[in-house]
Amino acid sequence: MKVMIIGATSAIAHEVSRCFAADNAALFLVARNAEKLAAAADDLKVLGASQVETYCADLADLSTHGALIEAGKTALGGIDAVLIAHGVLGDQQAAQQSVEATLELFHVNAVSYISLLTLLANHFEAQKQGSLAVIGSVAGDRGRGSNYIYGAAKGAVALFTGGVRNRLAKVGVAVVTVKPGFVDTPMTAGMKKNLLFAKPAQVGKRIYAAMLKGEDIVYTPPFWMLIMFIIRNIPERIFKKLKL
Amino acid sequence: MSRSYQSWGNYPKAKHQRVIPIHWRDALPDLQALEGSLLPYGYGRSYGDSCLNENGTLLDITPLNRYIAFDAETGVIRCEGGVLFADLLNYIVPRGWFLPTTPGTKFVSVGGAIANDVHGKNHHVAGTFGRHVTCFELLRSDGTRLMCSPTENADLFSATIGGLGLTGIILWAEFKLRRIQGPYIAQEKIRFGGIDEFFDISEASDKDYEYTVAWVDCVSSGDKLGRGIFIRGNNAWHHKLPGKSATPKTLLTAPFDLPSFALNLHTVRAFNEVYYHALLTKVQRKIVPYDPFFYPLDMINEWNKFYGNAGFLQYQFVVPYASDRGAIKEILRQISTSGVVSFLAVLKVFGDVKSPGMLSFPRPGVTLALDFPYRGAPTLRLLDRLDQIVRECGGAIYPAKDARMSPQMFEASFPNWRAFSPHVDPKFSSSFWRRVMQQPASGK
Ligand SMILES: Cc1cc2nc3c(=O)[nH]c(=O)nc-3n(C[C@H](O)[C@H](O)[C@H](O)COP(=O)(O)OP(=O)(O)OC[C@H]3O[C@@H](n4cnc5c(N)ncnc54)[C@H](O)[C@@H]3O)c2cc1C
Ligand SMILES: NC(=O)c1ccc[n+]([C@@H]2O[C@H](COP(=O)([O-])OP(=O)(O)OC[C@H]3O[C@@H](n4cnc5c(N)ncnc54)[C@H](OP(=O)(O)O)[C@@H]3O)[C@@H](O)[C@H]2O)c1
Repeated sequence: MKVMIIGATSAIAHEVSRCFAADNAALFLVARNAEKLAAAADDLKVLGASQVETYCADLADLSTHGALIEAGKTALGGIDAVLIAHGVLGDQQAAQQSVEATLELFHVNAVSYISLLTLLANHFEAQKQGSLAVIGSVAGDRGRGSNYIYGAAKGAVALFTGGVRNRLAKVGVAVVTVKPGFVDTPMTAGMKKNLLFAKPAQVGKRIYAAMLKGEDIVYTPPFWMLIMFIIRNIPERIFKKLKL
Repeated sequence: MSRSYQSWGNYPKAKHQRVIPIHWRDALPDLQALEGSLLPYGYGRSYGDSCLNENGTLLDITPLNRYIAFDAETGVIRCEGGVLFADLLNYIVPRGWFLPTTPGTKFVSVGGAIANDVHGKNHHVAGTFGRHVTCFELLRSDGTRLMCSPTENADLFSATIGGLGLTGIILWAEFKLRRIQGPYIAQEKIRFGGIDEFFDISEASDKDYEYTVAWVDCVSSGDKLGRGIFIRGNNAWHHKLPGKSATPKTLLTAPFDLPSFALNLHTVRAFNEVYYHALLTKVQRKIVPYDPFFYPLDMINEWNKFYGNAGFLQYQFVVPYASDRGAIKEILRQISTSGVVSFLAVLKVFGDVKSPGMLSFPRPGVTLALDFPYRGAPTLRLLDRLDQIVRECGGAIYPAKDARMSPQMFEASFPNWRAFSPHVDPKFSSSFWRRVMQQPASGK
């Protein structure tokens, strides 16, 4: 299997890579920090990946996207599966005071996904097989005062991905929207941990399984499906008064 | 899952100012800028206060869990300090390798195993874990990163092995694995009626058995005093390697803190009676998977919660071989007449392979590990009495299991501490270290 991981230094993405490495897959890792990339690559080689290539790119720079996808295709001799995982939680309090900061957060979390998805959808449509997964978030299911810039971006990604899934289903390509709940990773390092926090390994294994099976929308850990069902169904007139 | 950042014994309980996870070797936080004292924290499998830093900062090393290199020919592996033994086993056992030595739980980190220079059932042939470490990289609070090995920064190398996390963060380490023919152990259990018999079996087993350990019944007195079961084994070669799916599962989880009356003299006595007599014949031979052989306690998740909210103390000491029989007998007698109950009692003879760390605990002699539910003053008084006996014999207490030994007892156990202390990182400290060095209690 030939797998491209975009945002490969994310703690969650790395756990997905580990599952593929154990299957002796060939991996193409994209991230912006060369030292972190090298550490991730070494780990995957030891774990059994048949080939590991790394590629440095700032994913907020949309002009890098075409080249990085081509580089991946060339390095691995094709691509069977892709995971898009990079992201920034951002500081809602600070960002809401600034149009620029708000759009920047939206840019890296949503616009860069839309750009990558557009290019990759065409690749997979032509190939007529494969698996394309993106990491959204439960935060994208409903707008909340404490986190709506990030949430809106994740929501946009989910909607866009749904459209791509609908389009590519016709040619037998799987498109997976992953919606993790809280995960204990560098992104949440500053948050106080409670029982709702999952380990990245648990979430990573679930994403790997979903990519192989070609699932559609995956809440992980699964109890988030129920939580979000309830949250989505609270009437807005009540919801808007809640401190969330 | 949330983590509680306490120690395995849940005694003492500590409050930390903050916990900082360390995720990358090459994107490290500025330690100098942090206020107060710092201490690395692995999986918190130390029992007492050596992994705690009351009012200070803990540096959670567990996200640092990547492999760096593995040589399948020589079995030399290099990995980050937070790699969990359980994960490592899942990786190496199917490839025909095993840990050079392992403690009685696989839920420890590589860094933690080095910092306590842990020992296992094969100490008499393999020595401590630190013996198999070829090099590691140490991060000091001023940001310097030092390569340490027996030839490079040799002093810091031997200060860090068994150095209780006080010399800096072990970012990664390299060590030698041991070849195995398969994941099974040919195990023998032998019933013994008393301490003298234990020593006879132990002596007879050391040559031909790689792994030896014994369980002792600490509640019975009189002519049953010191009875127990000797367990010995060798790697069995005639079984196949497991496939990927052979990952063992834990059987049970202790769901909450049980009321502390669950473990009392009567339940323990009943258990011991049953366990001792469950061995129907004097000797029982069996081929068993490595998991239940090395990690019987890991079968029950969070078994430490059986001790309730008050927590428990583990007491592990070593006494030199010459004085052993008298001392061990005296200690068992003291315990059985004290009315304080030890649920677990593990006895093992250490070999004379030299430990590499300045503060390593293992040394030639016999070691006994006991668990005591914490019942306040009576428990502490009993342990002080036991200290006295251990000290008179020239023995030592294991810091990884300790929450209460006196500064005098520490100095007597580790006369080398004077050579060690200059290597302590100026910003690093622990609850344990402040206690035995009689430094002010605050982590600031
Ligand atoms: C059921 C059970 C059985 C056990 N059996 C044995 C046994 O047979 N033999 C034995 O020797 N021990 C035994 N132990 C004790 C255990 O092996 C040690 O306490 C071990 O050090 C725990 O590792 P940890 O990763 O949980 O470290 P922690 O307990 O979290 O920390 C231990 C020490 O290591 C330091 N440390 C952790 N990571 C690093 C790092 N990366 N760099 C520098 N310092 C670091 C900490 O500061 C602390 O001082 C047992 C414990 C349990 C719970
Ligand atoms: N953790 C959670 O609770 C949670 C919950 C739901 C969804 N998610 C989503 O899960 C995904 C993975 O996050 P994580 O939790 O694994 O956190 P993480 O380890 O912090 O990963 C985020 C990754 O995104 C990378 N990144 C950010 N901006 C980038 C850019 N412009 N160019 C290239 N790379 C960039 C980061 O690179 P650097 O390391 O170089 O900064 C980092 O590797 C994200 O999409 C996140 O939104 C996380």
